[in-house]
Amino acid sequence: MSPRHAPACHGDATLGSGDVTAPGALQVALIGSPNAGKTTLFNALTGLRAKTANYPGITVTRREGLLELDRTHVRLVDLPGTYSLDPVSPDEQVVADALHGHVAGIPAPDALVMVADATTLERSLYLVAEVLQLGMPTCLVLTMVDELTARGGALSLDRLGDALGVPVLGVVGHRGIGLDQLRQLLHDPLAWSRPVLTPPTDPVERSGWIESVLLRATGADHLALHADSRTRRIDAVLLHPVAGSLAFLVVMLALFQSIFTLATPAVDWIDTRFASLADRVRDVLPGAFGDLVADGVITGVGGVLVFLPQIVLLLTFLALLEKVGYLARAAFLADRVMGRFGLEGRSFVALLSSFACAIPGIMAARTIPNDRRRLATMMAAPLMTCTARLPVYTLLVSAFVTDRAVVGPLRSQGLAMFGLYALGAVSGLVYAGLLSAATRRHGTSPVLLEMPPYRWPTLRSIALQVWDGAWSFVRKAGTIILLTTIVLWALLRFPSSEAPDGLTAAEVAGYEMEHSVAGAIGHGLEPVFDPLGFDWRANVAIISSFAAREVFVSTLAITTASDSEDSLPDRLAELRDDSGDPLYDGPTVAALLVFFVYALQCMSTVAVLRRETNSWRWPLTAVGSMFALAYVAALIARSIAQVVS
Amino acid sequence: MRLDETHQGDLVVVRAVADDAVGRRLEALGFIPGTRVVVGRRAPLGDPTIYRVRGADVAVRRDTAREIEVDPLDAVGRDVAGSAR
Repeated sequence: MSPRHAPACHGDATLGSGDVTAPGALQVALIGSPNAGKTTLFNALTGLRAKTANYPGITVTRREGLLELDRTHVRLVDLPGTYSLDPVSPDEQVVADALHGHVAGIPAPDALVMVADATTLERSLYLVAEVLQLGMPTCLVLTMVDELTARGGALSLDRLGDALGVPVLGVVGHRGIGLDQLRQLLHDPLAWSRPVLTPPTDPVERSGWIESVLLRATGADHLALHADSRTRRIDAVLLHPVAGSLAFLVVMLALFQSIFTLATPAVDWIDTRFASLADRVRDVLPGAFGDLVADGVITGVGGVLVFLPQIVLLLTFLALLEKVGYLARAAFLADRVMGRFGLEGRSFVALLSSFACAIPGIMAARTIPNDRRRLATMMAAPLMTCTARLPVYTLLVSAFVTDRAVVGPLRSQGLAMFGLYALGAVSGLVYAGLLSAATRRHGTSPVLLEMPPYRWPTLRSIALQVWDGAWSFVRKAGTIILLTTIVLWALLRFPSSEAPDGLTAAEVAGYEMEHSVAGAIGHGLEPVFDPLGFDWRANVAIISSFAAREVFVSTLAITTASDSEDSLPDRLAELRDDSGDPLYDGPTVAALLVFFVYALQCMSTVAVLRRETNSWRWPLTAVGSMFALAYVAALIARSIAQVVS
Repeated sequence: MRLDETHQGDLVVVRAVADDAVGRRLEALGFIPGTRVVVGRRAPLGDPTIYRVRGADVAVRRDTAREIEVDPLDAVGRDVAGSAR
């Protein structure tokens, strides 16, 4: 829902150091409700020099940027959006703590810029009252003043400033209107006018105060805006019971489809480039070192980058939908269904993101104010079919499901893929519902979902959000994938043993693998996985997939001594056990697929869950329960497949 | 009456919200006693419902809307409505 759904937040960077801090500079915090245009203003003021980090101990994003003025510098901090200083979510708790200087290592800001959407000023005055009660130097910046005028709103900024006792400015952030005045004002926050009397804290008196401020600023007790006719016209379609539901399905299908079809050419391009690069390196650098560079480093880097097309596409799609205003509508339409499973509309967005990767999905859950629904959403996220499962599904389905027409344009392989996705999604929702019911001890906080007006997003704001998310994937998930690729390469290659004479090259490779450290571990696990039909080759690949699920495919290519990943399907079908039966028959492959639907084999996800829940309890619960689910479900799938065939 | 008993297009005035965390959150979103609320669309599946309050459209679930006591604007009377916030 908020710009923070981008997975920009799992860095380990701590604050108070780095290139954007300037010693002695005043710290000014931007505060405002979600959708107020705070982040747009922040970006317009700081440009691309902002630094994203986390608040220590929790993973709420803290964006800080240096604002260079003619005569001085100001450190600008973008606080998470909040409706009130009486916190109900982790994000809002951060705002309250930061304002009071209760965040370890980070001093309280010296001054506040309260950002409010002019068109919803009537509501924002509640937060204004709370902010002014803090008694800090404050100025009020009204965004969307162009929209206010267009909708017939009459508001005197001067009189509003008089009524509040603080400086008031109007800006249009993305067009840069009013920014010079704001920069001028930020030269000396300590000289800002302060209210003579702080607003009352008593609810009745506060609502009287809000009314008197409005009366002073507008000459009436409310803004009397025309309805936003564009928003009303679009909503008439997009929230219509029939047309709206159809549009919802079309948008979600388009999002889903684009991840697969649009990304494919880029994915293939990256694949071939890295494969040929690895070949060239092997030619130039012979021996173990060449192997390390080619099979460890280059393959590892390629394995990271190959995900970027899908991730960038999904993040672009989500950023666009969010900034246009549709994501809130999608949450509105989906709320009832998600509510059945103890979740809410906003969970839908988080879970949808999890189809790309559980990490941004778990991050997106942070916008859910209620911790029970938030936890349930995060725990369900790893069961959504992330793109890292796709290579595994593609390999096994294309190798073992015969491609034939079933009904009309529907083909057997497509249906098998759909079935795997559906199995994950349904299981995830049920899992969330059970968890939500089990943790019902908390009081309920209300589901309140604001529908912002439809607005044209700026290319820049979308690009920034996509960049944040994609870069954090490369940095966080990327390093883990790269490292484990190298570790695994070593486990699989050493100790180097002498294969007996008379074997083909592929058999020699297979022999060497089997006698490596990894091979020994895989053999050791055979009793555990034997009921599912997995042999040591699959076991090694499953262990390696803990790094990232797609590593399963590359590891299996090595353990089965395939010439390349392309020949892996044929190689799998060839493999025979001691009695000459196929090792990978239909039932075993079914078990393998179902195992991948459920098992939480992803260290990055575990790490993110640990950070987001601030304890090991939930990530360990997730790993344990999902492994048990995976084992049992795979066993059931294999048994059913054996009976059928 | 309560907010969940209203229908699309109704114009009502908030009379009271609960004096608890839920009530305070509702006030922060604009449901302050005396505020006019226009009842908007209901989601196709019957819940939640969008309410126009203090210049913003906010979707509220039925069980939360039940916590908000409202008066139909006609019952308040035109004169009173003029000053009703």
